[in-house]
Amino acid sequence: MALSMEPAAPVIAVRGLRIQFGATVIHENLDLDIRRGEVVALVGGSGSGKTTLLRAIIMLLQPAAGSIQLFDQEIVGIGDSAAFRLRRRFGMLFQQGALFSSLTVRENVAVPLHEHTRLPAQRIAEIADLKIALAGLPADTGAKLPRELSGGMIKRAALARALALDPALLFLDEPTSGLDPVSAGAFDELVVQLKESLKLTVVMVTHDLDTLWSATDRVAFLGEKRVIGYAPMRELTRAEHPLIRAYFEGPRGRAAREQMCRAK
Amino acid sequence: MTLNVPVAAIIRQESGIWRCEGYWTLDGIETLDRPLSGIRWPAGVVQLDGSGIQAIDTTGALCLLSLVADLERDSRQVHRIQFREEHLALLDLVQERRASAGVLPPPPPRQSGLERLGRSVAFHLSGALGFLAFIGEAAVALGRLMLHPGRFRWRALFGNIETAGVNALPIIALLSFMMGIVIAYQGGQQLKAYGANIFIVELVSLTMLRELAPLITAIIVAGRTGSSYTAQIGTMQVTEEVDALRTIGIPPMDLLVLPKLLALIIALPLLTVFADALSVFGGMVMARALLEVSFSDFLDRFPQVVTPTSFLLGVGKAPVFAAIIALVGCYQGFQVRGGADSVGRQTTVSVVQSIFLVIAADAVFSVILGSVGLWR
Ligand SMILES: Nc1ncnc2c1ncn2[C@@H]1O[C@H](COP(=O)(O)OP(=O)(O)OP(=O)(O)O)[C@@H](O)[C@H]1O
Ligand SMILES: [Mg+2]
Repeated sequence: MALSMEPAAPVIAVRGLRIQFGATVIHENLDLDIRRGEVVALVGGSGSGKTTLLRAIIMLLQPAAGSIQLFDQEIVGIGDSAAFRLRRRFGMLFQQGALFSSLTVRENVAVPLHEHTRLPAQRIAEIADLKIALAGLPADTGAKLPRELSGGMIKRAALARALALDPALLFLDEPTSGLDPVSAGAFDELVVQLKESLKLTVVMVTHDLDTLWSATDRVAFLGEKRVIGYAPMRELTRAEHPLIRAYFEGPRGRAAREQMCRAK
Repeated sequence: MTLNVPVAAIIRQESGIWRCEGYWTLDGIETLDRPLSGIRWPAGVVQLDGSGIQAIDTTGALCLLSLVADLERDSRQVHRIQFREEHLALLDLVQERRASAGVLPPPPPRQSGLERLGRSVAFHLSGALGFLAFIGEAAVALGRLMLHPGRFRWRALFGNIETAGVNALPIIALLSFMMGIVIAYQGGQQLKAYGANIFIVELVSLTMLRELAPLITAIIVAGRTGSSYTAQIGTMQVTEEVDALRTIGIPPMDLLVLPKLLALIIALPLLTVFADALSVFGGMVMARALLEVSFSDFLDRFPQVVTPTSFLLGVGKAPVFAAIIALVGCYQGFQVRGGADSVGRQTTVSVVQSIFLVIAADAVFSVILGSVGLWR
């Protein structure tokens, strides 16, 4: 592509980030770079601040110090209209789905489209149905209300809404938790396909070792209030840091790796 | 990215080949629909050339695929030529996912007016029956509580008395004081014309103690406390906390309803007495300012015209109002289904219904008391 930027340009650059709630410091001096077209996973123990980091990057939370650049634009202290334009360019899947409970799934997916485009309603409904299909839901789900969905279906409907604007950057908070293994596998496949055909950048929080092995380019390990390891999965599992070892050297971690090696 | 490049999807014909160019993306296709409908396609074979496509996303792919589908439905053959590898992969992905989602079932037929009317009647009847069943359940739970008084949640009771009763004192004081002033002012104008100034005591005391103070207090409490009962239980219903209570073996009735019900039955009569005092005081202030009836004249006459029966009849209505407000508030809370908007809807219903029922009950009281001759 003639117009495309050089492949290594960072989409997200976090420098010296500090986030705290009251006196509790969650992140201290955290650095993180995510390049265009990369699928990056954030891992770390429960409560290590993965969701919090995502919320800071998508401008829901003001950091106490440091800088965050999103699409080459500083977002710490950003103005409202600039923030609105940036929001058009990424989608977020919230950990609990966060679907609007009074709207059907199709209307939920259509909300960002109505807000950010001037397409006719007919076209928007078509696009919404496509996103619902892309997320792996049967067509009749579109007419249902969130309360009529199972936990896994909520995840996928939320994914459909995150994909609504065909964002260049996708944030996913635990996308496969609550999915059955078959759909989780299909989800990994979808992420890889979207990345390859759309040059999508994906940042996801996940505890799913299969996803980590099969869908990610690099994995950032959060611990001790910063990123203590950032490498492709194969290298990260060989890291020396005791927290990282404890995370991957458990029986589940080893089983996933062996399965991976056998598959290769 | 170079600025000033128009982001648009373009399709144009060049020596028999239809060239797709530009940006087949969400932004690009906004301008596509109109030119597309103006194209006159040749019969037979249509060659679509995708080499000029700068960027394509799933929305653009959808447009392209539905274009192809339209053409094929009109029995044309579409040849896709010179599409890039990754664009074809995306088109395939979109096509495959749409196919596996299946087709949309037809929308349910629209209901006729008669059917809607019937459904709405049935809905409201079942609502009324549900409320009766709820009252029954609450009574059973109350009976169970009498048998095992040790199980009662005293902390919840006192907490509720504090929020529903003590914290409501300032607003009740203010509003009933002002009601006293208003009644004394309106009535006083008339009495003054006849020189019957001293009858202001009857006017203010009896209207307030028998009717207005209990009613005003109940309406304030319905708006303030009944709504919060609905919102609290409704939110717990949304977050499955009510189900969690059941699973742990705590009947929601015992924890969420009975303490509220009893707290309000205790607090509302007390609030009514308080409102009685403040509204009569408001009347006294007005009587002195407007009708030259001094505080001591007023208080001398007060016990002569207000019998204990009048006072007790007013206060005696309060526990009934309290039960109505608490039961409606809790019942509507349990009726919440789904999410945030349902909480809002049920809260509105709760306030409207409890105020309606309170006034209706007050009317029933008037008729009954009148017919047994307890007018004074
Ligand atoms: N609004 C808040 N107020 C106070 N503390 C908070 C708030 N949100 C998060 N925290 C704290 O920040 C820390 C990180 O929370 P976060 O939700 O980011 O964890 P996480 O890494 O996403 O965990 P999990 O894997 O369980 O989702 C936790 O210790 C949490 O208690
Ligand atoms: Mg989290």
